[in-house]
Amino acid sequence: MNGGENKRQVLLFLLLTLWLLVVVGCGKLTQAPVQSRVDEPYPEKLSEWHLFAGRASHLQPNHGVLPYDLNTPLFSDYASKYRFVWMPPGTSAQYREDGPFDFPAGTILVKSFAFPANVGSEPERLIETRLLVHTNKGWVGLPYIWNAKQTEATLELAPDPVAIRYTDSGGVKHEFTYFIPNANECKQCHDNSRTMLPIGPKARNLNKGYAYPDGTANQISEWTRVGYLRGAPPLQAIPKVARWDDPDLAGKGSATGGTGYTVESRRSLETRARAYLDNNCGHCHQPGGTAGYTGIDLRVTNVGMQSLGVCKSPNAAGRVGTLVYDLVPGKPDESILLARMESTRPKEMMPQIGRSVVHAEGVALVREWIKSLPQDGAACFAKTTSRP
Amino acid sequence: MMKNSLVTLTALCGFALALGGCNRQPAPSMQKRLQEQLISSKAGTVIELPEGKFQLDRTLSLTADGVTIRGKGMDKTILSFAGQKEGAQGLLVKANDFTAEDFAIEDSVGDGLTVQSGNNIIIRRVRVEWTRGPNAANGPYAIYPTECKNVLVEDSVAKGAADAGFYIGQSDSVVMRRNRSEYNVDGYEVENAQNVDVYDNIAAHNAGGIGVFNLPDLPKQGGQHVRVFRNQVYENNTPNFAPKSLGPIYYLPTGTGVYIMAIHDVEEFQNKIHDNNTTNVYVIDYQTALSDPIKDQRFRPYTDHIYLHDNEISGGGKSPDVRLDGVKALMQVGGGALADILYDGVVDPKIKAAKKGRNPAEVCLVNNGSPTFLNLDAAGEFKHPKRDLKNYECALPALDAVKIPQVTEGSDKASSGGQ
Repeated sequence: MNGGENKRQVLLFLLLTLWLLVVVGCGKLTQAPVQSRVDEPYPEKLSEWHLFAGRASHLQPNHGVLPYDLNTPLFSDYASKYRFVWMPPGTSAQYREDGPFDFPAGTILVKSFAFPANVGSEPERLIETRLLVHTNKGWVGLPYIWNAKQTEATLELAPDPVAIRYTDSGGVKHEFTYFIPNANECKQCHDNSRTMLPIGPKARNLNKGYAYPDGTANQISEWTRVGYLRGAPPLQAIPKVARWDDPDLAGKGSATGGTGYTVESRRSLETRARAYLDNNCGHCHQPGGTAGYTGIDLRVTNVGMQSLGVCKSPNAAGRVGTLVYDLVPGKPDESILLARMESTRPKEMMPQIGRSVVHAEGVALVREWIKSLPQDGAACFAKTTSRP
Repeated sequence: MMKNSLVTLTALCGFALALGGCNRQPAPSMQKRLQEQLISSKAGTVIELPEGKFQLDRTLSLTADGVTIRGKGMDKTILSFAGQKEGAQGLLVKANDFTAEDFAIEDSVGDGLTVQSGNNIIIRRVRVEWTRGPNAANGPYAIYPTECKNVLVEDSVAKGAADAGFYIGQSDSVVMRRNRSEYNVDGYEVENAQNVDVYDNIAAHNAGGIGVFNLPDLPKQGGQHVRVFRNQVYENNTPNFAPKSLGPIYYLPTGTGVYIMAIHDVEEFQNKIHDNNTTNVYVIDYQTALSDPIKDQRFRPYTDHIYLHDNEISGGGKSPDVRLDGVKALMQVGGGALADILYDGVVDPKIKAAKKGRNPAEVCLVNNGSPTFLNLDAAGEFKHPKRDLKNYECALPALDAVKIPQVTEGSDKASSGGQ
């Protein structure tokens, strides 16, 4: 009898210990530090990176995972985007004035894409989380696709398209197919001269305030403070690209009627439209980029009119009606650049991937900018009839 | 292990289906499987495509070096992109040491097979076609290597491209041989490229046959050293169906055999060029052709050091493309008719100043049978056109054969007639 009692007590004790181990262990697991990988194979599950603490879909950053955003982001079908950066302890990125910072090995850039749930009151639905990891073989793009329960995301090299249906706050119904770029297509935008690079985290696009839990700070200052960035000059010496939808500038952007642009309204349109093109087109349309061969350079730093497309015949444009030039100052409807932004047909639309719907507000901005450009210098149509 | 269980599952399902039903998951699409294979490829990977016609709806992309994609034949393995929903190409390759062979790409929404920035590329027995035939909505380029080095394109077929069937752009060291290009706007284009051999090809029933030229505003300028020989270029009289938005190609006159524009050091020989209705051979300055103001300071619009010899040229210019006002104007210059060989006679003013003589541009047109000839005198505002070929009967040193690692020494048996 006694022996049996003892056995039961020992068993109970063992069970309790086991339970404690599991609970404490699991507790420790959720607190486990970020686990970067610099070699294949990469984790099948997003949770294995330990980027987030707590419930996965809440995207609560783990220790050392810093949220950030950009002055002017890439448009992706109106998806909400949540960006984070993590670097291995003790390492930091080198500041660069132009182009992305020089990030240390092991860096993880995290971008999650979400759409409103079908019913207004529900939280957003996460579709995908893209990791850009600085591995031993350079930067690698890894698309993780969220499950329906929003508990986990799984690595899929060639993800299936996702049907998106929601009604926005204005009551407008949205219904389209969202194409998630596959691991190779990552390179279509991120590649320069066959080297994969980040796009967003460059000085001019990070140079803005961010509302951190303990207060708002300039992101470049904060990255420097936490030890993620070295070599940054004083803030006033750091370039800054405009917010494409800057409310302080937007009011100054509209025409006062006819050709009545003021110097101020022209400048507002110019800075915002060029910021938009910089971050929506410039990663491909620059020397060495995927569309470098076109001779079009849409980075905000380019000042060449011809390489902006002014009066330039396209070399391999998709068919867009009978339009002849990439950009005709003063004439948005004669400009292939705008026509391709307005299209959703695969052959003629720009960008070629990562967009299924038209960015009406972006189109409106670029349209207004083209309209505001002085026409005098651009005699695109001086001689269009051709001799053979 | 996985594979075995899949096979077993399929077998079981097959069995159960035979018995009356089985709820099996749909197999991943060819699109997904093939794209996953392409993503997982490593140097040395050979992706074997089975026989059959496969429906794809997104661009396939490859970025790994050293990969071969091989089908069972250009009429047996067909990747059909009819109804493509995403991406602007059929197959998009950005990789070195790539080989494509023995399959077809059909009806892609944009370009068929695009290879960008790759070294050591082989495209062999590949067919790219738009099956509805000539149509302005077809993709611009069928086989489209651009910014590449060491490229071999051979025994392939292109049909229906709204720009060029075979296009070599901004590339260096290229051999295109034994291909067939039909019912495209342009059969072959060598654009802003250097060290290119184009031989033993057929260009028939396009709007234009073989173009060798430079264009401004492209990052790579200064294409030169192009040899075009032993090709058959005939009846390229399919009405030009390029949309205006494609730029210069819209202005290519229907019925152009070979044309040479804004380039130097081109040798064309032993070709059979006949029955192209605007002209068999067109040697022309960029500004005569397109009259666009040039803003690119690096661009040289002149055409010189051209050597056309020992070709068989006949039956050209019988029914010029009057769709273009410019061609109508040229016909007036020619007194109502064009000729087998058209030359605009424009000479780089610098060369004109430095060299005396009747042919300072060194455009040599010799021993090509008995073609009709028209010098348009574009430089003299078309006032004194001439039909006498005598000033252009000269010889230039033969250009060297293009050497690429994919073509072993001696396989090019071309015997240049150059001095």
